[in-house]
Amino acid sequence: MDGVGALDLILSGDRTLFAIVRLSLLVTLSATLLAAVVGMPLGATVALTRFPGRDAAIVMLNGLMGLPPVVVGLLVFLALSRSGPLGSPGILFTPTAMIIAQAVLIAPIIAALTRQLVEDLWAEYRDELTAMEVGPLARVKTLLWDARFSLVTIGLAGFGRAAAEVGAVMIVGGNIDGFTRVMTTTIALETSKGNLALAIGLGLVLITLIMAVNAIAWGVRQWAERHAG
Amino acid sequence: MPDSAVIADGLHARAAASTGSLPIRFEGIDFAVGATHILSGVELELHAGGPTVLMGPNGSGKTTLLKLAMGLLTPTAGSITFDGASHAPARARAIMFQKPVMLRRSVAANIAFALEAAGRPSSTSDIRRLLDLAHIAPLAERPARRLSGGEQQRLALARALAREPQVLFLDEPTASLDPSSTKLVEEIISQVSASGVKIVMSTHDLGQARRLAHEIVFMAGGRVVEHEPAASFFNQPATEEARRFLAGELVV
Ligand SMILES: Nc1ncnc2c1ncn2[C@@H]1O[C@H](COP(=O)(O)OP(=O)(O)O)[C@@H](O)[C@H]1O
Ligand SMILES: [Mg+2]
Repeated sequence: MDGVGALDLILSGDRTLFAIVRLSLLVTLSATLLAAVVGMPLGATVALTRFPGRDAAIVMLNGLMGLPPVVVGLLVFLALSRSGPLGSPGILFTPTAMIIAQAVLIAPIIAALTRQLVEDLWAEYRDELTAMEVGPLARVKTLLWDARFSLVTIGLAGFGRAAAEVGAVMIVGGNIDGFTRVMTTTIALETSKGNLALAIGLGLVLITLIMAVNAIAWGVRQWAERHAG
Repeated sequence: MPDSAVIADGLHARAAASTGSLPIRFEGIDFAVGATHILSGVELELHAGGPTVLMGPNGSGKTTLLKLAMGLLTPTAGSITFDGASHAPARARAIMFQKPVMLRRSVAANIAFALEAAGRPSSTSDIRRLLDLAHIAPLAERPARRLSGGEQQRLALARALAREPQVLFLDEPTASLDPSSTKLVEEIISQVSASGVKIVMSTHDLGQARRLAHEIVFMAGGRVVEHEPAASFFNQPATEEARRFLAGELVV
């Protein structure tokens, strides 16, 4: 019964359901972009530079990959609340706050995976690039370019993690009807209210989305194997 | 091979016009990793002229010597000078490694990258000439990492020549190649050498050393044991180690 209702919501193009899906995509795509813009150069920099405390920084970065979303939500909540350091009024309980929270959640994942990727590639390229007298900046550019397909995969991994989390967006978004409700938070709420059709419908969309992301990652890898080696 | 001749002329013009990086002088060179001495007390002078071929058993330090000369390793003690200066002029040297690393791009893009890294615009005609020189023109658009070993080696050679070096270091340039690829690579080496580029190469192929060498540097156990014109090295090696090496015996 609920399952049929769920399919009906999807197939009939239910406005509420699709508004929620749209917001989810908007928030998570923006967060992924933001996290990539910060995390990839950061990871590449850590990979290519030697500084005191580097090992500790790497261990910390790897540890931050496992941050619980609710803790990230709490930290971003505190930072954005009126008495917090970034307490500019009006950001908390908006999609912007949700983007920030998800970006904070996945930036360490993207940075840590990029660090490992670039460091491995540098080990392989070091002698060749040094012999070609490639300067430091061009070196970073070359490594990021030659790692481009793996970087796409890393971005998709971050996207998947952000799309699936509940805790962070729940805390900083407040799950406000028609404004900050995304797929995961709506599923949690509607399930507890017994409105299973909407919950299942969103669940189906979410699963399909995650599957699609993995299919894209696989496709990119296949394409890269054939066309770029 | 008219295109190759044009390239050779270009190389020759540049080699003659540039400030020198020759002779390369190794003085009291030690190289150690931790407590392991890989090179000890190397004294060596490499002058302009025909190819210098490094020979010696596996582990005698040939690769290490080439990497030191290329500036990829720093000696533990001693000094390396280029025409008396402690640094070689920029872009004066190029190297082809025994196992070259292909950038994750097309063959042509690998050459374009080398040209740009050497500070010259990667014009289609330059790329074309280098592709022809290395006999890999039909592979231009293929992903470099999908090439066979021999094709990768020739691409690496084209990349090195894109720098128009005064000195070209080659580490076992044909170690993993079949006879026809070997012959091609040897022809390119001869041509480049004839254009005035100093070749310094290692090989464990005695036939190749006889075909290409103007002079031989024989190494064993991290030391330079002999440095002789090729003819005298092969006809009357001065040391027992070299005699045994040439006879195909194991030298430790
Ligand atoms: N980074 C390193 N650490 C420890 N040992 C090394 C290192 N590089 C080279 N060696 C050792 O130094 C010796 C000389 O190596 P190499 O120069 O590659 O010799 P060749 O090219 O003549 O075979 C070998 O025994 C090798 O194992
Ligand atoms: Mg070697």
